[in-house]
Amino acid sequence: MDFEVTPTSHTLAAYRARGGYQALEKALRELKPAEVTQTVMDSGLQGRGGAAFPAGRKWQGINLDDGLPHYLIANADEGEPGTFKDRWVLENTPHTLLESMLLASYALGVRHSFIYIRGEYDHPWRRLAAAVEEAYAAGYFGASILGSGFSSDLFVFRGAGAYVCGEASSLLGSIEGTRAYPRNRPPRMTVRGLYQLPTIVNNVETLSNIAWIMRNGPQAFREIGTPKSPGTRLISISGHVVRPGVYEVELGYPWGKFVHEDCGGVAGGRAVKAVIPGGISSQILTGKAAGIMTANDPDGLLLAHEALAAIGSSMGSGGMILIAEGTCMVRLLQIMLRFYHHESCGQCTPCRDGMGWMHRVIDRIVNGQGRPEDIETLYQISRANDGTTICGLGDAAGYAATAILDNFRDEFEYFIEHKRSMHEGRLECL
Amino acid sequence: MRHLIPEFDRLKARLPPGHDATLLVPCLNRIQEDRGFIAEQDIAGLVEYLGVPRIQIDEVLSFYGMMRRKPIGRWHLECCRNVSCSMRGSERLLEQLAGRLGIKPGETTEDGRYTLSTVECLGSCGTAPVLMVNGIHHENLDPAAVDALLEGLD
Repeated sequence: MDFEVTPTSHTLAAYRARGGYQALEKALRELKPAEVTQTVMDSGLQGRGGAAFPAGRKWQGINLDDGLPHYLIANADEGEPGTFKDRWVLENTPHTLLESMLLASYALGVRHSFIYIRGEYDHPWRRLAAAVEEAYAAGYFGASILGSGFSSDLFVFRGAGAYVCGEASSLLGSIEGTRAYPRNRPPRMTVRGLYQLPTIVNNVETLSNIAWIMRNGPQAFREIGTPKSPGTRLISISGHVVRPGVYEVELGYPWGKFVHEDCGGVAGGRAVKAVIPGGISSQILTGKAAGIMTANDPDGLLLAHEALAAIGSSMGSGGMILIAEGTCMVRLLQIMLRFYHHESCGQCTPCRDGMGWMHRVIDRIVNGQGRPEDIETLYQISRANDGTTICGLGDAAGYAATAILDNFRDEFEYFIEHKRSMHEGRLECL
Repeated sequence: MRHLIPEFDRLKARLPPGHDATLLVPCLNRIQEDRGFIAEQDIAGLVEYLGVPRIQIDEVLSFYGMMRRKPIGRWHLECCRNVSCSMRGSERLLEQLAGRLGIKPGETTEDGRYTLSTVECLGSCGTAPVLMVNGIHHENLDPAAVDALLEGLD
């Protein structure tokens, strides 16, 4: 994403001026579809939506010789609380996504692709829709693109307010005109996806790397980042931080340096109490565990998928939330559990009932009617959800709850015993 | 919805043929934008136009948070209450709105001018707190900015 954001940097002219669509022209002229997939495979690109699954391996699940229609969907249903990095791509460089989707469509034999964008994203949708019309007018979509004989159409599909649609199999239902219920695997979506046909669903940021990789080669991509996590990541940071926003960070970058030098540290100069690394469904860490108490914390972790996985958390969706000393973790968990309850789609019993139950328990604690056994009840519901539902929503709620209870159990015990918060229920930073 | 059918027909050009039900959510979104809610005749019209059973449309309407079966106020104020916004003052923002309008979240003022709602994360965490007014995000709000915003609504 090596360009400066200006009032026109999202346009086709500006994108072309920075080398845009050259990789597509070259690929259509010189490369076979399988060579594009091989390049993505060689780059080591991992998914940027949350699971960090190798993108090339996902693509290899598509059989180019099966004679069936294949579909490609860009997941722009960015709803994970704390995450706003795909919005940055859509608003500032939508053509990066479009060129990358064309390269992916060529590689995967896709005649019709979709961008599934959440219904609440009005401005990003306007920017994206305008970019799609520019690209159609320039001959980058439609029949025989740039005279190559390869044809591909793109439909921008706006959601209608459902967090669960960010789950890849769930948005298939939305596009098919039904409720967006997540689907069991197997069969994998590369075997039976949209309309029961082979389908690839990739996150916006994952796809947006493809144009750069095709232009500069997989080796250049591997030279950035760590051996296991090549490339960069867009991190959207918010909460009690001096300079919130979207930052592009080379994987392997020191986390403490990022928080304190690049983002200005905690507002009001307070200490870091905790950090949510990548969306509220990634496990919270104390400032000490993450090693981000100062810019040069000797215990400092690096921002890389393997480094966070090693301590039981994850870079998730890249939605980082910084939490200052003095924040009430009981109220923070209340907000999270209310959210998961609101967004459970209701398909699986452990989640449908469990989310409501957890929400009632945490509300009871915050209302001063908590019972000593409530902490254990929250653990029990979390365990009952783990692995027993079709998608990860209920699991995530349980991971979020147990990580907060593990690290801040004293605050819950205090709240239940004294019927009030240890920190006056504070959520804002002083 | 019948006046929108030429528009819907044009959408089909970029979709794979034979999957008209794919247009259900886009059609409902467009109808709601046009009328403000989904009326009985819209559902009947879509059953006919898309060949989708009525029960499927009812299920979709009751699933997605943004879909409405009834009209709401002229100005729809949707206040994010998720983590990052709460950490940047959205609870005070919601109290200010409720106090000024004299309604609770989920209600509409008697004159039909304002509906107040709470919503989950809108992706404005870095520019929190956020209020969405008729679908447009207003970010980095403080009490004075909220007052100015309300003054500006006709």
